Amino acid sequence: MTINNINVIDIIKVMANAIAENKEYLTELDSAIGDADHGINMDRGMQAVLGKLPSVEDKDIGTVLKTVGMTLVSTVGGASGPLYGTAFMRAGQAAAGKMEIDEKDILAIFEAALQGIKERGKAVAGEKTMIDALEPALKSYRDAVDNNIGLAEALNRAVYAAKEGMEYTKNIIATKGRASYLGERSIGHQDPGATSSYLLLQAAARVVNSL
Amino acid sequence: MKKLINDPNTVVEEMMEGIVQAYPQYVRKLEGFNVLVRADAPVSGKVALVSGGGSGHEPAHGGYVGKGMLDGAVAGAVFTSPTPDAIYEAIKAVDGGAGVLLVVKNYTGDVMNFDMAKEMAEMDGIKVDSIVVNDDVAVENSTWTTGRRGIAGTVFVHKIAGAAADKGMALEEVKRVGEKVIANVRSMGMALTPCTVPAAGKPSFTLAENEMEIGIGIHGEPGTHRESVKPADEVADELLNKILVDLPYESGDEVAVMVNGMGGTPLMELYVINRHVASVLKDKGIKVYKTFVGEYMTSLEMQGASITLLKLDDELKGLLDAPSDTIAFKNFGR
Repeated sequence: MTINNINVIDIIKVMANAIAENKEYLTELDSAIGDADHGINMDRGMQAVLGKLPSVEDKDIGTVLKTVGMTLVSTVGGASGPLYGTAFMRAGQAAAGKMEIDEKDILAIFEAALQGIKERGKAVAGEKTMIDALEPALKSYRDAVDNNIGLAEALNRAVYAAKEGMEYTKNIIATKGRASYLGERSIGHQDPGATSSYLLLQAAARVVNSL
Repeated sequence: MKKLINDPNTVVEEMMEGIVQAYPQYVRKLEGFNVLVRADAPVSGKVALVSGGGSGHEPAHGGYVGKGMLDGAVAGAVFTSPTPDAIYEAIKAVDGGAGVLLVVKNYTGDVMNFDMAKEMAEMDGIKVDSIVVNDDVAVENSTWTTGRRGIAGTVFVHKIAGAAADKGMALEEVKRVGEKVIANVRSMGMALTPCTVPAAGKPSFTLAENEMEIGIGIHGEPGTHRESVKPADEVADELLNKILVDLPYESGDEVAVMVNGMGGTPLMELYVINRHVASVLKDKGIKVYKTFVGEYMTSLEMQGASITLLKLDDELKGLLDAPSDTIAFKNFGR
């Protein structure tokens, strides 16, 4: 199965809606262990992205994703701006020039995005960050692709793994970001970044499943 | 919330405009960005320094833009890191061909945003390097945290690395000098009252009339612990005790001292603190080379103070004494 540039633009729109619908929820999660602005910042960024999409409607998928990344970087601020911005910009590099992408292309895009987040945040799994949702999701997706399960089902498995990873962040101590100053007091709270990562993946899977 | 503002959403822009109206001989603002650069930027052939961070720390960072200190200062929203595009514009505007050094305070968002801007500028062929200031001894540096925060000691980095650049040192040398300052500077702060971010409308923590918070940062974040208010000398002792053992600063050392107000502290009280700092250092055989008392790195209207010590050698002394002429830091020889 392949998806084209128009499908990717639809995915971005559904991602923006998912963030808008969960703006308060993300901010509430952040107020427990951070500085209470994750939902507000992400929504501001995704709304700015929506404004930019018409200018890239007929462009290749690499350009679309790079534009999303650049827009997030310049509008979100804090730590999530550079993290998600880098993820989308690296994803854009991996999809450069392509008008259509298949399971394997998406694997390369996903890998590039996660690698970007790890490098930017100098973080690894287990530190109560978005990586705790994204890394298990990538692993499930890769296994599914290796077993030729099909794009839609592979993405569903990735979303399931991301959800488990997101829930797992409740049980661990934050060692990166502002929440790290709380030490053990960060236990019991779900990481807002892992949560927004799950929501974005879920949005992507929804669009692909509807095709 | 009682503040002399028009609208929380435009407070940073309006402040920038006010600064430029007051001091056009020192700074100009980049169109479309909350960035102040030297009025004469770029200075050809000189390494340029760019710093910045959230707003609310005035006179940092725009007040340190000028001869002998910063070439550009990037202002984010109140207590929020500026975005990479603004930092990137600052880098481009001040690069005089000898490269740009970014002076970053150690916060997750600041470090990442400055890193991204650095990569963007490097893609344009501009030579960029960065140093990260982490002088706050209140927050322990361990594998369990993001590391120590950057607070008032950052101003010494601006002054001394800025002087190195002004003397015509190459980027690698300016960086080395900046890192030497970072290695030798330690700070700690306390607060009698919290502060209110305009957009939030209420204080980020509360303190009873008889309470103070020790080990505060500069973003209204709570400190390490809370205790009953004590006389100034005892408060100074508490901060100094943590600072002195940390480097450590020992008998025979020579230091620069900064007693910094958090925004709402009368100078009278800062001088009272400094009196005791001077006497403790004298008792310990630590020689005070130069002292700075005033508001250098504030936290909006917070009442409180931080103490910073910088251990000096001959090179750092020379650069500390070098001329600087900025809105908030003027030095015309000793």
